[in-house]
Formats: sequence, structure tokens, C-alpha cells
Amino acid sequence: MTDDGLETADGAGVIDVLSVTKAFGELEVLKGIDLTVGEHEAVALIGASGSGKSTLLRCVDLLEEVDGGDILLDGEVITDPSVDPVAVRKKLGFVFQAFNLFPHLDVLENITLGAVQSGQMKRKEAEERGRELLARFGLGDREKEKPDRLSGGQQQRVALIRAFAPNPRALLLDEVTSALDPELVGEVLELVRELKAEGMTMLIATHEMGFAREVADRVAFLEGGRLLEVGAAATVIDSPSEPETRRFLGRLHQGGLA
Amino acid sequence: MTRPAHPSSTEADAIPAPGDGGRQAARERARKAKTRRGQAIAFASSVVVLGGLAVAVFTSSGWPEVKSQFFSVEAFTDSFPGILSAFWIDVKVFLIVEVVVLILGLFVAVVRTSTNPALFPFRVLGAVYCDVFRGIPVVLLIYLFGFGIPALALQGVPTDPLILGSIALALAYGSYVAEVFRAGILSIHRTQFESGLAIGLNRLQTLRHVVLPQAVRRVRPPLLNDFIALQKDVALLAVVGVIEAYRQAQIDAAATFNYTPLVAAALLYLAVTIPMARLLDYISRPDDPSRGMAK
Ligand SMILES: Nc1ncnc2c1ncn2[C@@H]1O[C@H](COP(=O)(O)OP(=O)(O)OP(=O)(O)O)[C@@H](O)[C@H]1O
Ligand SMILES: [Mg+2]
Repeated sequence: MTDDGLETADGAGVIDVLSVTKAFGELEVLKGIDLTVGEHEAVALIGASGSGKSTLLRCVDLLEEVDGGDILLDGEVITDPSVDPVAVRKKLGFVFQAFNLFPHLDVLENITLGAVQSGQMKRKEAEERGRELLARFGLGDREKEKPDRLSGGQQQRVALIRAFAPNPRALLLDEVTSALDPELVGEVLELVRELKAEGMTMLIATHEMGFAREVADRVAFLEGGRLLEVGAAATVIDSPSEPETRRFLGRLHQGGLA
Repeated sequence: MTRPAHPSSTEADAIPAPGDGGRQAARERARKAKTRRGQAIAFASSVVVLGGLAVAVFTSSGWPEVKSQFFSVEAFTDSFPGILSAFWIDVKVFLIVEVVVLILGLFVAVVRTSTNPALFPFRVLGAVYCDVFRGIPVVLLIYLFGFGIPALALQGVPTDPLILGSIALALAYGSYVAEVFRAGILSIHRTQFESGLAIGLNRLQTLRHVVLPQAVRRVRPPLLNDFIALQKDVALLAVVGVIEAYRQAQIDAAATFNYTPLVAAALLYLAVTIPMARLLDYISRPDDPSRGMAK
């Protein structure tokens, strides 16, 4: 555990992860995670496959229940059993690796369903906002289309719009480009870049080191369920201080993934 | 970027390639010739098969006897109005039972696929209900309800065999349809449910807006299949004395020693079930070209 990780874990951010542990049966996936994501900050979670990135994000969105520790949203404990998970998820946006759009709904309905049904916006208001965002991100002519008529990159952009349209406190992005053909990655990352420029608070699991370095303020390196290194993006990626981080990044470079 | 809504081979072929005009026309001619040849073969084979069957039936030694026993015009015109009015009972029972079956089936399926610990006893009840009612022949259920329940002489419980028999039908088909809906719900990937939660819906809203619409769409063909079966099984109410089309036809046949009324009843059932079968084909049609058998 590095000093960076501990320094910021004092309950001052939008998202505070405090000593979180999580096991699936015998398999300990998270072994005491401390991480803070501050207001307007983007933190990239990097680490090998199986290191626990998705699990951590899912714990924050209460899609998984933590075993130990706590997670705070705006200083309030959300991992207490008495907290209504629906109320928490309304304040967070989650984007899955495989888009997970609703195939029976058109693009605009996909975007408005959550905000309208959970009572966050009136239908008209939600549709207006949806149309405006679709137009802004180059999907203005696709609002009546079913998701399966869109390219992977377009689907993922719709999924991103769906997640941030209701103005969440933070976005949780789980490898939003790794199911895409290489030529489609750029358009999705561009959207994330814009969100960052607008000051969206984000926790981003990613394999795209170049992107992490560019968009993230800080990078957290996860291995075997522990955060081995947390620090400024450029520092962690260009000159990591931990040997494990160096090894991981070295493997990525060798594999041509970075 | 716009893509054609239905990329079809015709459109693809219509793209003129340099110096390819002649081949394109030739392809067009070949395709038309193939279609014409196919139609001719279908026609010839129909004439041979159906004509052969007709000749075999109409020249058989028993045909005159069968004709007067089953296809008597006189017996038909005499019995048809009575059977038709009895058939309205079939239609009414079918429509009412159908609605009950849909609601009951969906409800049981939703309960059985729930994960809430508080609903555990209801899940068990649902499973027992499905096992029991799926496992007993419908005709036996109608007997048990139609004759058994009045014998109990319970206060406030209906004794009309029409009502009791219809309840038995609804319970039997409710269990079939519950299984159909349940299979549909279970076929929707867990990630769809999670996406519903992730956009801020609660479990019930996710079920209502995300899971069920997809599940119901997916099971429309087997569902309609069960409706067709139900429409025919209304005739089983005859066993508890309900005079619907089949029973009326039986009475007429017994009175006149002629079986034509039964044929009349059969035609009435077909008049309802065949359109339903065509509707079934229509809604089960592959909606994208990649599904279904290759030509
Ligand atoms: N629901 C579950 N049940 C059992 N094991 C699970 C479950 N979800 C995740 N795991 C296991 O937990 C470990 C961490 O998984 P996780 O998906 O968090 O890794 P990851 O860092 O996101 O990997 P990737 O880069 O491949 O997405 C893996 O070994 C995985 O098999
Ligand atoms: Mg993952």
C-alpha cells in the first residue's frame, strides 16, 4: 500500500472506498481497498484481468455487497444494509463493458427509461435532454433506431449517454472500449474525454494506458485484490515506483496493448 | 452513416460494377427462371399427390356409405344452426379462460423466478401448483372439479359445471402458460436485469420495463400454441354435461344415426384454430434474414 492511497482515504471525496473486502466463496477478490475519488476527478483503475476492477466498481454501484469495510458517497455510508440501493444508484451512472442496452427499446427510450421511471425527470424533460445529448454526440439521427442497428461504438456511446443523462454525481465505467473493434475505440474515448472536460467525476476501469494517462488525474494499480500503487497518472504510468506496477506495464508494452 | 434497413441480396446485386452490365441481366434472368421452375414443380406435385388421394378416397368401395353417414348435406343443414349456437359457449369459455390463464400464468412465473427470500413459500407453492396441474390429464381435472366440488356441498362455492369445468381448464392451462413465461423470463440475460438496476430502477420496475417485455416477445409462439390447444380442449367440458358444440353434435348424431353433425362441429373448431395457426406462423416468422432455414 502506498502513501498516496492512504492519504486520500479520509472520507473527503465524492466516492470513498474504505478498507473494502469482498470474496466470492473461497476466492478473495478485494483484500482491503482504500481509494478516494474527489469532485471533478477521474481515477483510472488499471490491473491485469481478474485483479478485481469490475468487482470494485460493482461494489460501488451496490451491484455486489461488500464483505468488510465501507463505501461512502458524498460522505454518506452507502454500504449499510439500511440504505436503499435504488436511491444510491440514481446518483451514480454505470457503463458496462458489453453496453447492455435494452434491445426492445429504441435509442431515446433507452436513455430516458431510468430517469422517467425512477421519477428523476418528467418524460418531456428527459426526452429533450436525451435528444440534445444525442445530437451533441453525433447520434441525432438515430433516436428511433433499435440498438442492434447501431455499430458497437454507437451502442457504447448511447450507453454512456444513458448513464450520464440524469446528471449523476459520478460515473463508473467498466472497460467501456474493450468489447469494441479497434477503429471504434476512438469515438467512445472522445465522449469520455468530453465528460471529463465538463468536470464529471469518474472511476474508470481500463486497459487503455494511453487513455488513462491522458484523461485520468490519478491512476490506481490493482493486483490480486490490493491497490499496489496510486498516484498521478503520468507518474504511475511513466515511472511507476512499485516493481509489480512496472512488471504489469512491461507486459502490456510487450503484448502491444498499451 | 446510414445503413439500409434491410440489406437484401437484390440491393447488393443492383450495384453496377464496371463492365458487369451483361452479367447482371443474366443473373436476373436465371433467378426468374429458377422461380418459374419452382412454381411449376410445386403445381405438378400438388396435382399428383392431392389428385391421387382424392381418387383413392372417392373410388373406394365404402365411399358412398361414408358420404351419406358423414357428409350428408341434409343432416348438415339441419344440425348446423344448433351446433353453431352451442359453439358460442366454446368461444365465450375460451375467451374468458384465456384471459384468466394469461394473468395466472404470468403471476406464477414472476413469483417462481423471484429471488426475494420473503417470497420463498410462494415459490414453493408455485412449483407445486405447476407440477400438479401439468401432471394430471385435463379431462380428469374437469371431472374432479365438475363433480367433486359440488359433492363437497361447500357454502358459497359455485356448483355450475360450466363454471367449475372452466376453472379446471384455467388452472390446467395456467400451469402450462406459467412454465412458458418462466422459460421466457429465465432466457433474459442477467446483465439486462443489472442494467435496469444500474439506471436507477427498482426490482419491480426492472421486471416490468426491461425483463418482461423481452421475455413475452420471446415466448409468443409457444404461448399461441397453448391458446390453440385450449380452444380445442373447451370441448372437454362435455364430460360434465356442458352442452357446447361437440356435445351438441354428439346429441344430434345420436338422434339421427348420422355423423355429419360431428363434421359440422369439426369445421367450426377449424374456423377458429386455423386463423390462429396462421397468426402463429406470422408472429414466429424470422424478422431478420439471418434466422430461419436457408433457401
Ligand atoms: N459473481 C462472481 N462469482 C464468482 N467469482 C467471481 C464473480 N465475479 C467475479 N469473480 C471473480 O473475481 C475475480 C475478479 O474479477 P473481476 O471481474 O473483478 O476482474 P477484472 O479486474 O474486472 O478483470 P477483467 O480485466 O478481466 O475484467 C476473478 O477471478 C473472477 O473470476
Ligand atoms: Mg472486468
